[in-house]
Amino acid sequence: MASEVKTNAPHSTTGGTAASAMHGDPTRRDFITTAALAWAGVGGAIALWPFIQQMNPDASTQALSSTEVDLAPIKEGQAITVLWRGKPVFIRNRTKDEIEKAKDTPLAQLPDKASENEANPGASASDQNRTKPGHENWMVLVGICTHLGCIPKGQGLSDQRGEYGGWFCPCHGSTYDTAGRIRKGPAPRNLDVPPYEFVSATKIKIG
Amino acid sequence: MSDHLSTYEPKGAFAKWMDARLPVMRMMHGQFVDFPTPRNLNYMWTFGGILTLMLGVQILSGLVLSMHYQPSDAEAFNSIELIRRDVNYGWLLRNIHAVGASMFFFAVYLHMARGLYYGSYKAPREILWILGVIIFLLMMAAGFMGYALVWGQMSFWGVTVITNLFSAIPLVGSSITKWLWGGFAVSGVTLNRFFSLHFLLPFVIVGVVALHIWALHVVGQNNPTGLEIKTKSDSVPMLPYAVMKDFFAMAVFMVIYAWFIFFVPNYLGDADNFIEANPLSTPPHIVPEWYFLPFYAILRSIPSKLGGVLMMFGSIALLAFLPWLDTSNVRSAKYRPMFKWFLWAFFFSVIALGYLGGKPAEGSYVLWSRVFTTYYFAFFLLIMPIVGLIETPRRLPNSIMDAVLGGGGPMASGVAPAAAEKR
Repeated sequence: MASEVKTNAPHSTTGGTAASAMHGDPTRRDFITTAALAWAGVGGAIALWPFIQQMNPDASTQALSSTEVDLAPIKEGQAITVLWRGKPVFIRNRTKDEIEKAKDTPLAQLPDKASENEANPGASASDQNRTKPGHENWMVLVGICTHLGCIPKGQGLSDQRGEYGGWFCPCHGSTYDTAGRIRKGPAPRNLDVPPYEFVSATKIKIG
Repeated sequence: MSDHLSTYEPKGAFAKWMDARLPVMRMMHGQFVDFPTPRNLNYMWTFGGILTLMLGVQILSGLVLSMHYQPSDAEAFNSIELIRRDVNYGWLLRNIHAVGASMFFFAVYLHMARGLYYGSYKAPREILWILGVIIFLLMMAAGFMGYALVWGQMSFWGVTVITNLFSAIPLVGSSITKWLWGGFAVSGVTLNRFFSLHFLLPFVIVGVVALHIWALHVVGQNNPTGLEIKTKSDSVPMLPYAVMKDFFAMAVFMVIYAWFIFFVPNYLGDADNFIEANPLSTPPHIVPEWYFLPFYAILRSIPSKLGGVLMMFGSIALLAFLPWLDTSNVRSAKYRPMFKWFLWAFFFSVIALGYLGGKPAEGSYVLWSRVFTTYYFAFFLLIMPIVGLIETPRRLPNSIMDAVLGGGGPMASGVAPAAAEKR
């Protein structure tokens, strides 16, 4: 706002002399007006901040940031969906075949070559970089399509899983493989791996 | 127009006393009673009045619905069922509001098509037109947030898809979506703020509508010939001529509206929205309400996420630049033999995009969406500027009066028709 103020606008009725106005020189009055408006602009912007910031996630939402899940009941080939921060998290106990398929995929075939795993920032999207060492059968993913936020199918045994055997988003046809990597369709990124850790051999803590 | 001589004469002591203090009656008389309206307006000019009426209907019905609605995750869906079943006349009020949104958009699309056909966006009506584009955007925001309040499956997933559009913005995208949601996903917190904004927006629209009408009364109405009012015989006073015509059109419009309210209130809705929102299951086929379908088709026709989002918002933003994209001196498409057919093809593409937006994004539906999306943008960015330069317009009548009487004095051949109109 303040930047729109013309500092050299002549004020015929105010402090400036006719001579300085004619030469387009800013008068003392112009300077004071500009400075005052700029200062008011700064104050206005600062006062606006709480009104914008109040819309960000509140303390109670932030506090719900971790969830513990018992993996013992999930047999090989089965999958469950849990809620973490209001988002669905897919946990799949992959079969040997599914793990092999994910490992054998050349990285060059992947549209998104980044791991999308906060635990391995900057790493490649290999199967190993998207799982925990020693727990390669467990695929833990945020179950939200990276296109426009739908929930892909593939958790139920009878679900359509797409041609790569992972997940298939019915909204706009994005197809993910058994490591949750985007293979086909409009989604730009692999499914995110949420931050999680094994607290015991059969229990994980997400968040 | 606004400087025409009003015939207002305060009658009685109170009217004179008031006129000397707050001449509101004088203004109303000047603007809505003896305001000069072109004598050749057709029924396409009645949608302004109809839209004003619909805005009033939506505000009134929305106000009473808000007395029963609960904007919370747990209660929203149930409270609407409560309104429909238990609240006295709740079924009627809910239907008035829900069908009203569709009727409102139906009228605004005809109103905009009228403006396109008769060149109502051209000088000196640029500001009038841009204010209209702003109203349209505000209506879309209000309609989208209102649909979210139902908190059915389609509401929830519609909000998810549309708010996720902002995640396409590089760098700050995911912070913006978190800020919009007030959480890490769409939740009751999001619903609550949408309710606040849905309540606020109609009043913002009232404000912009006031500016829209003000701008209209400064430059005067366009008309089917696109000519300005030149003499007194070109116009008739607004009351009774235009007002009575508006009232008749409103009555016909209300008959159609009432038919939807009483006989097929859910015809324009989606069956999935009668299932309560469930963040763990996406419906197999997400579609917005019918009035957003053309823009949804544009979004889906682009294979890139950011590109689709930009094209969708661009398709609306482009409307604001029409006054400068159209290079023709002639306003009305009636006198523009080439432009007229391109324009009808444009109307056809928008309807086709609406049809395609409701179909699954696969196979030939995607192909045709791309064809019509291309035409949509080509129409504004190529056809409008080029046709205006190469087309020879038909001869314009000398005046509105001549157009009405079918006469028209002999016109020297060789007089450029475009010259009859001032830019």
